[in-house]
Amino acid sequence: MVKSELKYSKDHEWVLVDGNKVKIGISDHAQEALGDVVFVELPEEGDEVTANESFGTVESVKAVSDVYSPVSGKVVEINEALLDSPELINSDPYGEGWMIVVELDDASQLDELMSAEEYEAFLKEEE
Amino acid sequence: MNYLPNTDQDRSAMLRAIGVSSIEELFGDIPKSIRPQKPMAIPCGLSEFEVKKLVSSLSKKNLNLEDLSCFLGAGAYDHYIPSFVDQLLLRSEFYTAYTPYQPEISQGTLQAIFEYQTMICELTGMDISNASMYDGATAMTEAAIMACERKKNEIIISDAVHPEYREVLQTYAKSLGIEVKVAKNVNGLAAVSSFEGLITKQTAAIIVQYPNFFGNVEDLSSLANLAHDNGALLITTVVEPVALGILEAPGKCGADIVAGEGQSFGNSVSFGGPYLGFLAAKDRFVRKMPGRIVGETVDNQGRKAYVLTLQAREQHIRREKATSNICSNQALCALAATMTLSALGKKGLREMAELNLQKAHYAFKKLTALPQVEAVFEAPFFNEFVIRLKKDPEAVNELLLKDNILGGLPLKRFYPGMENDVLVCVTEIRSKEEIDFLAERLGGM
Amino acid sequence: MLKQEDLIFEQSSPGRKAYSLPACDVPEENIASLLPQNCLRVEEPELPEVSEVDVVRHFTRLSQLNFGVDTGFYPLGSCTMKYNPKINEEMARLTGFTRIHPYQPEDSVQGALQLMYELADYLAEIAGMAKVTLQPAAGAHGELTGMKIIKAYHEFKGESQRTKVIVPDSAHGTNPATASMAGFKIVEIKSRDNGEVDVEALKAAVDNETAALMLTNPNTLGLFESSIEEIAKVVHDAGGLLYYDGANTNAIMGYARPGDMGFDVVHFNLHKTFSTPHGGGGPGAGPVGVKDFLVPFLPKPTVEYDSANDKYTLNYDLPNSIGRMKAFYGNFAVLVRAYTYIRALGGEGLKAASEDAVLNANYLKKLLSKYFYLPYERHCKHEFIITPKNLKEYGVHTLDIAKRLLDYGYHPPTIYFPLIVEEAMMIEPTETESKETLDEFAAAMAKIAAECKENPEIVRQAPHNTVIGRLDEVRAARQPVLRWQKA
Repeated sequence: MVKSELKYSKDHEWVLVDGNKVKIGISDHAQEALGDVVFVELPEEGDEVTANESFGTVESVKAVSDVYSPVSGKVVEINEALLDSPELINSDPYGEGWMIVVELDDASQLDELMSAEEYEAFLKEEE
Repeated sequence: MNYLPNTDQDRSAMLRAIGVSSIEELFGDIPKSIRPQKPMAIPCGLSEFEVKKLVSSLSKKNLNLEDLSCFLGAGAYDHYIPSFVDQLLLRSEFYTAYTPYQPEISQGTLQAIFEYQTMICELTGMDISNASMYDGATAMTEAAIMACERKKNEIIISDAVHPEYREVLQTYAKSLGIEVKVAKNVNGLAAVSSFEGLITKQTAAIIVQYPNFFGNVEDLSSLANLAHDNGALLITTVVEPVALGILEAPGKCGADIVAGEGQSFGNSVSFGGPYLGFLAAKDRFVRKMPGRIVGETVDNQGRKAYVLTLQAREQHIRREKATSNICSNQALCALAATMTLSALGKKGLREMAELNLQKAHYAFKKLTALPQVEAVFEAPFFNEFVIRLKKDPEAVNELLLKDNILGGLPLKRFYPGMENDVLVCVTEIRSKEEIDFLAERLGGM
Repeated sequence: MLKQEDLIFEQSSPGRKAYSLPACDVPEENIASLLPQNCLRVEEPELPEVSEVDVVRHFTRLSQLNFGVDTGFYPLGSCTMKYNPKINEEMARLTGFTRIHPYQPEDSVQGALQLMYELADYLAEIAGMAKVTLQPAAGAHGELTGMKIIKAYHEFKGESQRTKVIVPDSAHGTNPATASMAGFKIVEIKSRDNGEVDVEALKAAVDNETAALMLTNPNTLGLFESSIEEIAKVVHDAGGLLYYDGANTNAIMGYARPGDMGFDVVHFNLHKTFSTPHGGGGPGAGPVGVKDFLVPFLPKPTVEYDSANDKYTLNYDLPNSIGRMKAFYGNFAVLVRAYTYIRALGGEGLKAASEDAVLNANYLKKLLSKYFYLPYERHCKHEFIITPKNLKEYGVHTLDIAKRLLDYGYHPPTIYFPLIVEEAMMIEPTETESKETLDEFAAAMAKIAAECKENPEIVRQAPHNTVIGRLDEVRAARQPVLRWQKA
């Protein structure tokens, strides 16, 4: 499942743009590939994240994956609910399963991300 | 002697089935250029009887504690081991099994580890324990690594921690960019003043041993306060855990991580190994904990069962990002410890600790009353203490050995300046008679 | 009549005891006069109070919930679950070994030191190395020792820019984890379609920052890296060293020595190749051998023989040593077992062990190839990979097949490793299994393959005959319960 109002990265993260802030999470495809998420590691508010670098990890029983930031900027909010209820990533990846909100350094980085249609095509290609 | 069930007929049939004419053909992909030119220079195989004779003859070249009165401790302790322990360790379902990766047929190992983890938590006053590490020295070192973060990568360790443990820490720290500072003891105890001069914002943890290498009992609370006031952790290493039968649990005194050696419970001294390192910590370190951990869960029919858990911390999943490269534990040694602690129970452990305490203090009084011996420290101690001799301790030990007494550890090998000092250990299995005999012999020198 | 067992804590009854300590025969002092009040324990640790028969039955029952090599066939790839000879256990329990203190005077432990010296010598001969340390406590510990030696060597030569370690994508997880713990960065290279190291990719990966290549040979697919000489040359020409992961040594004894292949450092797993028991996860031992130019960097102390005085000694005077990897000298009781094994088999016996290990693996591979997909068809060494790719349409996975094997009384193979083969089952029969055992195992696998087609549900729901069924591992990880708590 792909949500049309979001932008996507090749590492299967999604981005919801709201002015100069973006909300970031992992796609439905990514959560399905991971399986039941048991633990999420997030940065702290105020940390700087860099595009294409890891800002956290998502753990399932038998795998652990880095989560790569699609953009550079400062973390202004994290989803603390995930720390106690990591399963939100599985049940609602585009909603309650969001991970962090980042204040953008450079809005032009968003241009490099895929639209929903492009991401869908990308997934087909990856198969 | 070999353990091959295949007969030559079997081999021929198997080769036919594979479709090759010789075993050599199966090795055909090994280039001739790297094949050995001559047979391995290893003695010919022996029959079982011959091997037994050979290996036994080596064992007989060693003087063993069965025939000696042992006053040597220093990280390896000669304690009472209940007879049933070794018999149960020989249950081959335990010792010939691998790591319990298939929980449905490994509940024995898994449940025993769960019980072990509980016991370690109870003894140390910690919330969580792993399934055990290689030994006390590596467990303490892993605790130090666990405590370090990107911006805090400095460890301060008391010089009253076992010298070999400190060496292991130094070895590991070197390649990880961890700086290790050593705080000098004052009168045989880790002194807050020594740490104060060394502690900085980069200090991740301070490490002390409890009781320390000299046998003295550290005041953990003041050290914990010092560490915490400076944003650092207190790691306590316990090398003689029998002491925890009578001493306050480190967790109750402010320790954040407790790492140590469990040999004292059910494992013989065995020339230094195998032993078991234990590593326990407060809840918040659970994701940073290295090594295996067993957790409770349920099966598909709701029955309680045990399983290796939080595996995403470990090397086989996280690879180069794992907390540690460790992939085994000392399961069988931990099992021996669990059996022994089950047998001792809360009362037995207390009784054993009191016996150690009483006998060591009797020996201390008896020995330091001799004109040839003086006490080195005044600090409270558990079952080890340091005495100063008038003569060279090694020469003294040589004479004692003639009377079947294994004297204490001369400390000069680790502490320059303590030329005539000896670390004496007295466990529950030393009798008054043996202690008196040691005093008599020392008194005659 | 196997059933689940209550925790030992739940069997506790105040006043019961299973210990017997001597009475205090010295004048007793008031404890308050010996230890300060603030360091006395306030709360007793919650240890069980049980009788001796309670403890003995408890652990006997627990043992019955386990499966060991003595219970049945255990074809766990990469782990070499060979038979553990009973004489090894008897020898390791001799009082002259169990009750010697590590700090006894050297003169009083000459037998122990001689055993260590000779064992190290045999291992050096088997691997084609100059000298071996017995200090490391396990394979991963040996790896760390070896990688630290490599690091110390480069630094000694003034080449501390060599910070990269190359690891093939088929490697054991310990390899990258170890290199990282030794302070290196990891460069992963992909394997070729035939499962071997891609020499071109290797050439592209090496440079003047290359510290070492870590390699298992035969590799984790059970295949011998036939280009090993070229691989060694590429790495050596770039100034790097070769590290041999000895997990698979059982395949090659008497046929090839890591030293002759070009490796500079090697670790052994005594609990795999040399028949010491795995103990449910340890203790093992991971001795490390090195070529002569690396000897100065070995951990201290080393065991030496002074021929002039016919005396074995511990040498601490090693200024370039990497230091100490653990307290004392190694897992001595494990070393006694390995020594006993090597002396029982002799050089010829070790070679024969490798021969039958390879023969058994190829035979079983042949049998199983009728029912499962074989990603690599050439002759294997001591282990091989199969997958249920041919059964994919029935919706059955490797895990299901592994669990179904439990119902047939077998320990499953290693599953989902190596990572480069989808749904891998890695099978290592070892030399101590008979043709009949292999035939019976193959028959069980054939049945399971048939079940996958005819009744896949029975496979997917397996195991059915074990004390417990499949576990909820998600729950265990999401809400960790890691200890018993008094109610």
